[in-house]
Amino acid sequence: MAAGAVPHKMIRLSETDRAMLGGAQGEAAAFAMTVLSGFAASVGAPGLLDITQAHIDGCLHHGQVSLDFVDRLAAGGGQVRVPTTLNVGSMDLIHPELVRAPPALRADGRRLMEAHLALGCAPSFTCAPYQTAARPAFGQQIAWGESNAIIFANSVIGARTNRYGDFIDLCCAITGRAPAWGLHLDENRHGTVLFRLSGFPPSLPASDALYVAIGHIIGSTSGDAVPVIEGLPPPDSEDQIKALGAVAASAGSVALFHAVGLTPEAPDLATALGGRPPVRTIAIHPDDVAASLAGLSTVPEGTAISAVCLGTPHFSEQEWNRLLALLRHRPAPAVPIYVNTGRETWQRLATDGRMAVAEAAGIIPVVDTCTYITAILGQSDGAVMTNSGKWAHYAPSNLGVDVAFGALQDCIASATAGHVVRHRSWR
Amino acid sequence: MRALTDGTAEGEVLFLAQELSFWGGVDAATGRITDHTNPACGHSLTGRILAMRRGRGSSSSSSVLAESLRLRTGPAAILLSVADPILTVGAMVAQHLYGTACPIVLCPDQDLSAWAGRTIHIVAADGVATLVLKKGWAPPRPAKGQKPL
Repeated sequence: MAAGAVPHKMIRLSETDRAMLGGAQGEAAAFAMTVLSGFAASVGAPGLLDITQAHIDGCLHHGQVSLDFVDRLAAGGGQVRVPTTLNVGSMDLIHPELVRAPPALRADGRRLMEAHLALGCAPSFTCAPYQTAARPAFGQQIAWGESNAIIFANSVIGARTNRYGDFIDLCCAITGRAPAWGLHLDENRHGTVLFRLSGFPPSLPASDALYVAIGHIIGSTSGDAVPVIEGLPPPDSEDQIKALGAVAASAGSVALFHAVGLTPEAPDLATALGGRPPVRTIAIHPDDVAASLAGLSTVPEGTAISAVCLGTPHFSEQEWNRLLALLRHRPAPAVPIYVNTGRETWQRLATDGRMAVAEAAGIIPVVDTCTYITAILGQSDGAVMTNSGKWAHYAPSNLGVDVAFGALQDCIASATAGHVVRHRSWR
Repeated sequence: MRALTDGTAEGEVLFLAQELSFWGGVDAATGRITDHTNPACGHSLTGRILAMRRGRGSSSSSSVLAESLRLRTGPAAILLSVADPILTVGAMVAQHLYGTACPIVLCPDQDLSAWAGRTIHIVAADGVATLVLKKGWAPPRPAKGQKPL
């Protein structure tokens, strides 16, 4: 065991865990178990539990240490013990010419992504592993990184993960174990903060923008508590609830929410709250929705735009179909429309010709990465329009751009016009 | 006191009243605090004993702490009131990869601000830390062009 590690005194390890710590499964597994048990001790977990899969957010290059860590595991014979998918990296390996970065950074980004494959991880390179064949099932214990994937797995699927991240997600994958604490356990999955939609018409439509606004509101006011939403209209698609979770997990640190009557652990309010009264109840009024959406734009209507960015989190096949329908019979856009998507989805569309149709209509697909973390957008004047609350939340500080949020239809209309157009209200 | 990571360190305490996220808040290349919303922005962590109530922010803070320890720009040790798994993992990974010790000590009952500017010697082994406050007290030295905290 590495000097400086002190985990085994704090937590109860199984016989297999102790053998792994002692090197019975090789040096890499011993290292991973050392770090994992140190993590477990610092969160106060009494021990570890088995996981059935992992999703690794380690492909983004944070410096030499990112590469050294993966290389050390590979050199020690490291192999993941459970099926493991990979989050986005710093490169689009399918369209590398899209990434505007110096050669050394591009090479490191590519090498970090490829180094994970040597450990047995699947080359998924998507922030939406729930859109792939690796989607987990209700009740499964998993160890996932990437905030939108975590909140989706917990809330929409009912699989169980804490917020894992750099290094530790891979240690879980290599050991097949996770700390037995937090959202892995029944008692921590009940909601404590109740958000109640109030003053809305009974026939409130499930608009994309409403879902983003609700996600933004619960994210910025829940802290790390588990929020429960009451009164949300049933979504038109899984993509709306994906968008809600993604912005909630960006504006705050929410890892699990319940929507009464809609998500699997919330058949009714009492069940969602675990039979206890909420610690806080917060009413969401129509004015709050309007204010939240206004807060996602840094520029007013009519502002010139230089690009449209869609697909944060990665565009699903269903979203591509919606987009293709909107593009039909439209003049070519005045600005580029970037669409981030997973390579599994991209492959399906490339195979059956839909991707060629999209590209002919002016779409630039971005695979394996995302436009808010990688230098892809060209330098130009004007704001960027997006239908993603997550993109709108991060891009102004990450990329230094002005941003306008709008529904998908408005994004396409704005791309044609070259400036921000909004026809759709959230109502 | 409980040590989340082991090692020996000595340095001057940099106490932060406002919790710091390493990701987006520290430049690993220089060891300086870059979070403009933090009153300690511009101060250097290099060789100091960072004292704050708890960690904050993204899990990528593990990587930034480990990268700063690799570059020898990081803190000598960290004192916390509340255990932080993200910083613990960063220090453990750096220790394993580069042999750089950054003991992280849990001081739940200590008013950390009382130690601001003091020089402390830390020995942490097998999960237990001993802290020795060096004699004498010097006011915290602000970096060039910085107001004292």
